[in-house]
Amino acid sequence: MSRELFKFKGGVHPPEHKTESNARPIHAAPLPRKLVIPLRQHIGNPAKPLVNVGDRVLKGQMIGEADGTISAAVHASSSGIVTAIDLQPVPHISGLPDLCISIETDGRDEWIEHGPLDYRTLAPADLRIRLRDLGLAGLGGAVFPSAVKLDPGATQHCPTLIINGGECEPWITCDDVLMRTRADEILQGVAIMRHLLGSTEILVGIEDNKPEAVAAMHAAAARMDFAVEIVVVPARYPGGGAKQMIQVLTGREVPSGKLSTDIGIQVFNVGTAYALARAVHHGEPLISRLVTVTGHVLRPQNFEVLIGTPMHTLITLAGDRDGTTGVLMGGPMMGMPMPNLDVPVVKATNCILVQSAELFPPLPKALPCIRCTRCADACPAELQPQELFRFAKAADFGRAQEYHLFDCIECGCCSYVCPSHIPLVDFYRYAKGEIWTREKDKRAADLARERHAFRQFRQEREKKEKAEKLAAKAQAKRAELAAAPDAAAPSEADAKKALIAAALARAQAKKAGTVPKNTDHLSPGTQQEIEEIEARRAKIRELAHQPLESEEKP
Amino acid sequence: MPSPFIIDRSSVTQVMAWVLAALLPGIAVYVWVFGPGILVTLSLATVTALAAEAAMLKARSYPAQPFLTDLSAVVTAWLLALSLPALAPWWLIVTGTLFAIVVAKHLYGGLGQNIFNPAMVGYAVLIVSFPVQMTQWAGPLELTAAPLTLAQSASVIFGGDVSKATLDAVTMATPLDSLRTGLLQQHTVDEIMTQPVFGHYGGIGFEWLATAFLLGGLVLWALRIISWQVPLAFLAGIWLTAGFLHFFDAGRFGAPWFHLFAPSVMLGAFFIATDPVSGATTPRGKLIFGLGAGFLTIVIRTWGGYPDGVAFAILLMNLCVPLIDQYTQPRIYGGAKKAKAPPA
Amino acid sequence: MLAAILVMAGIAVAIGLALGWSAIRFKVEGNPLAEKIDAILPQTQCGQCGFLGCRPYAEAIAKGEADINLCPPGGEEGVKKLADLLGVEPKPLDESHGAPKPKSVAFIDEQTCIGCTLCIQACPVDAISGAAKQMHTIIAAECTGCELCLPPCPVDCITMVPIAEDLPHWKWKHPVVMLKQVSGDSSA
Repeated sequence: MSRELFKFKGGVHPPEHKTESNARPIHAAPLPRKLVIPLRQHIGNPAKPLVNVGDRVLKGQMIGEADGTISAAVHASSSGIVTAIDLQPVPHISGLPDLCISIETDGRDEWIEHGPLDYRTLAPADLRIRLRDLGLAGLGGAVFPSAVKLDPGATQHCPTLIINGGECEPWITCDDVLMRTRADEILQGVAIMRHLLGSTEILVGIEDNKPEAVAAMHAAAARMDFAVEIVVVPARYPGGGAKQMIQVLTGREVPSGKLSTDIGIQVFNVGTAYALARAVHHGEPLISRLVTVTGHVLRPQNFEVLIGTPMHTLITLAGDRDGTTGVLMGGPMMGMPMPNLDVPVVKATNCILVQSAELFPPLPKALPCIRCTRCADACPAELQPQELFRFAKAADFGRAQEYHLFDCIECGCCSYVCPSHIPLVDFYRYAKGEIWTREKDKRAADLARERHAFRQFRQEREKKEKAEKLAAKAQAKRAELAAAPDAAAPSEADAKKALIAAALARAQAKKAGTVPKNTDHLSPGTQQEIEEIEARRAKIRELAHQPLESEEKP
Repeated sequence: MPSPFIIDRSSVTQVMAWVLAALLPGIAVYVWVFGPGILVTLSLATVTALAAEAAMLKARSYPAQPFLTDLSAVVTAWLLALSLPALAPWWLIVTGTLFAIVVAKHLYGGLGQNIFNPAMVGYAVLIVSFPVQMTQWAGPLELTAAPLTLAQSASVIFGGDVSKATLDAVTMATPLDSLRTGLLQQHTVDEIMTQPVFGHYGGIGFEWLATAFLLGGLVLWALRIISWQVPLAFLAGIWLTAGFLHFFDAGRFGAPWFHLFAPSVMLGAFFIATDPVSGATTPRGKLIFGLGAGFLTIVIRTWGGYPDGVAFAILLMNLCVPLIDQYTQPRIYGGAKKAKAPPA
Repeated sequence: MLAAILVMAGIAVAIGLALGWSAIRFKVEGNPLAEKIDAILPQTQCGQCGFLGCRPYAEAIAKGEADINLCPPGGEEGVKKLADLLGVEPKPLDESHGAPKPKSVAFIDEQTCIGCTLCIQACPVDAISGAAKQMHTIIAAECTGCELCLPPCPVDCITMVPIAEDLPHWKWKHPVVMLKQVSGDSSA
């Protein structure tokens, strides 16, 4: 408690709306008839399917394996039959489908054989592979594979471990409720993190609007055999962002473009610590999580939900109401609207926020920017949002990058305070997407240019080689003819003529052999297309015969 | 529509309404010191500005709602009206307001796009075009024999039948103009300052007006509608420059306090230089912008062709804003200096 | 008088030397303008512009021998970029050289392919692998979608498959902020 706290710049304090959902106990959502488990639930490569349609799978069975280092496995959340491995709607704002494994559950909820891991005796690298295969990913929202974050790197030592219980987004209470009810298991997970990272200082940051969670964590910390400092931090959005939490607790900033581990700090969400404890002490993969269902529902509360459960079943459980205008995954500041409610709960689903016109009135029309710089005052990344907006709108992406577009954490504070109600974050997301696309296109063009140049070089080389070979052959033939005295002394010119005639005959024979056979029955359209293309080729050929001036006079 | 899905209650209209509210104490003092004529000027400027705004929005096919009701045109009109001489003729008010709204605001792209402060453009056009009318102020009531009523003021403004004698009785040169004239006649500052128009420290009447604007400005600062950097730097720029000159030759240069409380400085510091659209946006940039405007104000007052320099100083600094902003970009979280390649 | 002449001459010589030195020191190799134009062109190497590839077209533009609106894969955006670079007015794409199409990659129907290698010879970026009498296949990541492999194929087994938008390739659209009542000319 005596710890000196620091402040991060900017931030806002929107209405919290936490009490709606944090008073009710956790309910286990019932087993749905069908589970849809996306293979891409984490940052990095999607998992590779391990099962086939028709296979019977058990609860906790790995159905998709991690592909590469930055990846994580996915598991069957219950026992049943794999009915499809295909593109299904997933919780993404685009509404585009993604590869999913559908499981028809059999109601028996039969576990695969599993047991605890002795993390103290396992080699750290092996333990990390086991954790990757148990599908652990950060449950705070970014779903970065946890096994990667639990690697302290070359130094084998990450002095400070921060457990993030900030939960700064309005409405969401799953971390709050988790800390209140499962504090001991969270800290057991922290013990494993501490073991892997070699941390000496362990801080748990909790916002001051969660006194019950603070008390529960304090009590649990007293029962631990290592020092854990529970730090109460002032509630201010986005104080639960990893960078902001680091700044508040330690006064240090993560250098731009670097990772927190570069300054010896690693941050995990409380939910991740809990999942880690379940994985190590019980051998359970990440197949369920706490989800807050709140907003425009009759009984806002937290559910323990199997990954793959359709979202609409949770809204029904919480009591759906008339006048629903939309559903968000996540909170109102950074959440994403769901294209439909058949999409499954995934590892990243911390909250299902049901909107209504009263709770979320439509935003007023945007006005032009008046450069009032309230956004700059609110920006926790200390950027100049009004300039970024100007550049993004003008498609001046180079300037946007110069003004540190990629340091934007998309927290939404700028849009929140903007008196002109400009959807600023949208513009930054758009600009980032465009920059990434252009980089990709440029790389593709560079590759094509390089390959084209190489091809020209190769053709040139082959031509030269062929010419040399021919010259050598002709030389040999002439020598042979000259060496034959009995022939009616054919002149050298005759010999050359004979050679050419022979070559021509060969070429004609070859040409006759390769007449295309697919030109007999053509539709007029195809015929026309072929003619167009032929014309173009003829032109190219013609051009090829008249070398460009530039080639003659470089 | 992606996140965030909630917003703060603030709006452009709210910001503008607060600016107008913060001008009210100043207007009240104006009425008390110079008579009710300013109310006519304000009304005429407001009506002209709204009409011009509506016409321009229609011509540029923008909806009247929310653009006409955002009050930005009214703010421009009031700032211009408060900068004009009391009892300025109606055509002066209308011309200035029209120029401010039509040319300085809408021809530059409307709300948020104008690189110059529209009210100051209107003022500059008027003082360049009509220097005589722009420097004849209705004197403070204390110094005038027969103060005008509201009806009489309106009559004067609209060029009604007011005898020249009445008019001469109520109009006089402003303190700054008197100072300039006095200096040109080889008087020393101390001699000039004994004239009744100079009052205690900023010109009789004008000093009260300045104090009222200062109070209104402090309210805007307390509400975080304006930042502290611009007004403080502007006042500091004036005080330092005037003080420097006064220190070397008190006989030829007015005292810094006189310059601070002379007409238009407080209005300029808290209401005009703080215009976000045409001002600098970075914290250091705001300081430079304010200091520069303050320095230029004194330079123009001292050596320029016009008695007051606030408008020209602010317009000149408006020109420098892109440059100032570009070279005063603040350090960001994590301290990146240069742009990086995008993360893959 | 003499001193002035000497000083002026001295300055002239000094400046001349400096200029001459920098001309050698900062000499730009190759044709920088053609390089810049080539960097804008999409590198499909399709020849739709009537030149043998993107580089020859870039050189032709640099010399003023070709117009800037002959490249359908570059589209209107490409024309605009070229216009910006060259400081000329952008003009609409010359439709006689083809219309822009959605980005596609070639696909070989492996059942029909007879392994004639004609498409391999036609591919400007060597993005087709295979050998005589063996089935050929397109290296999709390297295919520029130039369509030059389509005409030589004797059995018409190559089709162009447009690249569909999927989740990993999805990107945020430009936010729609409607300020005006009617869509007008000037941006708000």
